[in-house]
Amino acid sequence: MSDYNLPIKELGETPLVGDGTTFSSITETVAHVTETKAPRAWWVGFLIAVSFTGVLGMAIGYLFWTGVGVWGNNTPVYWAWDITNFVWWIGIGHAGTLISAVLFLFRQKWRTGINRFAEAMTIFAVMCALIFPGIHVGRAWYAYYMLPIPNEMSIWPNFKSPLIWDVFAVSTYFTVSSLFWYVGLIPDLATLRDRAKTKLRRTIYGALAIGWRSSNRHWSNYERAYLLLAAFSTPLVLSVHSVVSFDFATSLMPGWHTTIFPPYFVAGAIFSGFAMVMTLMLITRAVYGLKSLVLMKHLELMNKIILTTGSLVGYAYAMEFFIAYYSGNDYERHVFLYNRASGPYAWAYWIMISCNVLSPQVFWFKRFRTSIPVMFVVSILVNIGMWFERFVIIVTSLFRDFLPSSWGYFRPTLIDFGIYAGSLGLFFTLFLLFIRWVPMIAVAEVKGVLPEADPHHGEHAAHEGEDHNHDEAEGDVAAAPAE
Amino acid sequence: MQIFPRSLNKLPLIAAIAINVVGASVTFGAWYYLTPKNFQVGYAPVQPVPYSHRLHAGQMGMDCRYCHSNIERSAHAQIPATQTCMGCHAMVKTESPRLANIRASWDTGKPVEWVKVHKLPDHAYFNHSAHLNAGVGCVTCHGRIDEMDVVRQDQPLSMGWCLECHRDPKPNLRPKDQVTNMEWRADSAKGWTAPDVHPPQHCSGCHR
Repeated sequence: MSDYNLPIKELGETPLVGDGTTFSSITETVAHVTETKAPRAWWVGFLIAVSFTGVLGMAIGYLFWTGVGVWGNNTPVYWAWDITNFVWWIGIGHAGTLISAVLFLFRQKWRTGINRFAEAMTIFAVMCALIFPGIHVGRAWYAYYMLPIPNEMSIWPNFKSPLIWDVFAVSTYFTVSSLFWYVGLIPDLATLRDRAKTKLRRTIYGALAIGWRSSNRHWSNYERAYLLLAAFSTPLVLSVHSVVSFDFATSLMPGWHTTIFPPYFVAGAIFSGFAMVMTLMLITRAVYGLKSLVLMKHLELMNKIILTTGSLVGYAYAMEFFIAYYSGNDYERHVFLYNRASGPYAWAYWIMISCNVLSPQVFWFKRFRTSIPVMFVVSILVNIGMWFERFVIIVTSLFRDFLPSSWGYFRPTLIDFGIYAGSLGLFFTLFLLFIRWVPMIAVAEVKGVLPEADPHHGEHAAHEGEDHNHDEAEGDVAAAPAE
Repeated sequence: MQIFPRSLNKLPLIAAIAINVVGASVTFGAWYYLTPKNFQVGYAPVQPVPYSHRLHAGQMGMDCRYCHSNIERSAHAQIPATQTCMGCHAMVKTESPRLANIRASWDTGKPVEWVKVHKLPDHAYFNHSAHLNAGVGCVTCHGRIDEMDVVRQDQPLSMGWCLECHRDPKPNLRPKDQVTNMEWRADSAKGWTAPDVHPPQHCSGCHR
């Protein structure tokens, strides 16, 4: 019908789904993936990912057995890849909540195509991140020291330390993101339950759908719960990485002791999160043929966010240098000029600058912003650059201590590589399982942005005598979330 | 089509309560039971020689420092050497079968392998002399040794237990000439006020 192409002013200028998309084609496209055999590409990816997860398990086992000496960390570089990986993963885990909560509150309806995907990615990234605080002292059996649990030693975490607030922030973030993700999933799980052909599928999806019947009351409760969770999560988008940045900023280390850290970290987190969503989305979209649900329009909007946050991060890099100069503090100047921009780690610094600041600048041009190969390469460069950002912040601030007698150089070991590659393996294992078994696009929400979901849809068509359209729309509104 | 019975509607409520109750009980149980107070107190290993503190320190009234010499000068409290035992037992109870291991050690020069009762972790740098010189009595940490046939651990020796006293030491102080007196009590000591001592409460006080 030509109606699909008509602009609907409440939903933006153009429809948020491809031509010819109907309620049933959305369900069909998304549910189909979980109901048929996985394509060969999935199996190849899954086997590789699981193997790397095994590497992670072995490397961590060796770490626990032998101690942190298996890593390259040593005086004066006490934090290296462990905390770099932690901050990197937590940062990646920021896009999901930004997309699902902040964009929801701002009524950015284009989020519906990518939010399920991004939220899942968030949860898995936070899981990977949570490994590192647990293992970074090499004594996992003391991990409970991080929590305020009464114990026979009468000691408590120091509530004046950002480290304890880091634990609170990340665990709260994980809990709220998981809840948010699950609440959003319930209508779609019910769809899968209703389509299930076997008893086992019906039971599993039925249990997960906790009795969803798509009744009017269900939808009204659902909308309210979703709005509340969005309101809960929005401050978390800002707080989690602010607290992570305090781990550095409240110390007196030149290079860390900076008031710009919280906003700078938050921008960087959103930047890296969007890049990761982009990388995964481009692959999945091509493999599973989701081009009618994730349009170029979605990708272009994400690229604009990548450009914005990348430039914010670039501003922060410049401002750090300016303040180091302006402060007149010799140590500050030394860190930025001789330990970062030049010196033994200059290569890491310039990788960071070129990946994070320069590469997203191509998105000023619509031609590149809408080119899939360009955005794929840039998204990967940004992921690399953001890893190096954390590496630069941590290692180049530490490796030259105040006294030249205690200067050192950090070199990673094989176990460092194993744990990092293994965490990627774990991430992709979880992600591939998600793609295989869970509706990877929010079916009910995407239906809500179809032209037919608009209560006034078909009114003008009625004047043209096509009132069967009108009836169809009225009937289907109940099946889509009220907007 | 109905997959699940109606009774499952109560499941979320039951699960929510169960998770909270189980979580709280596990935390409380670990806090209360997985502690030295539960596992360490009462530890009384069999010693190679059936030496009785009740007899020597209690009935005969020997001062602790006769055998455990230098406890108020040394960071580490000593276990007496075989020679200390033989100082008396070369003359009394020379044939007692209970002293066979002491005589064997005396003959061969190999020390008696006493089993350590009061163990502290390696990362706790406990100084025995500092405590005696501040006026902490033996009985405070070791209990009524003079009533024990076999020495057993009387106090938990956990970090929380140490800190309790470090935060408020006065109730456990006594005149320095009374440290080995098992029966000294603050309420029956006329004119005694505990001095102001300030034991460390920071990490590096005990962990260096």
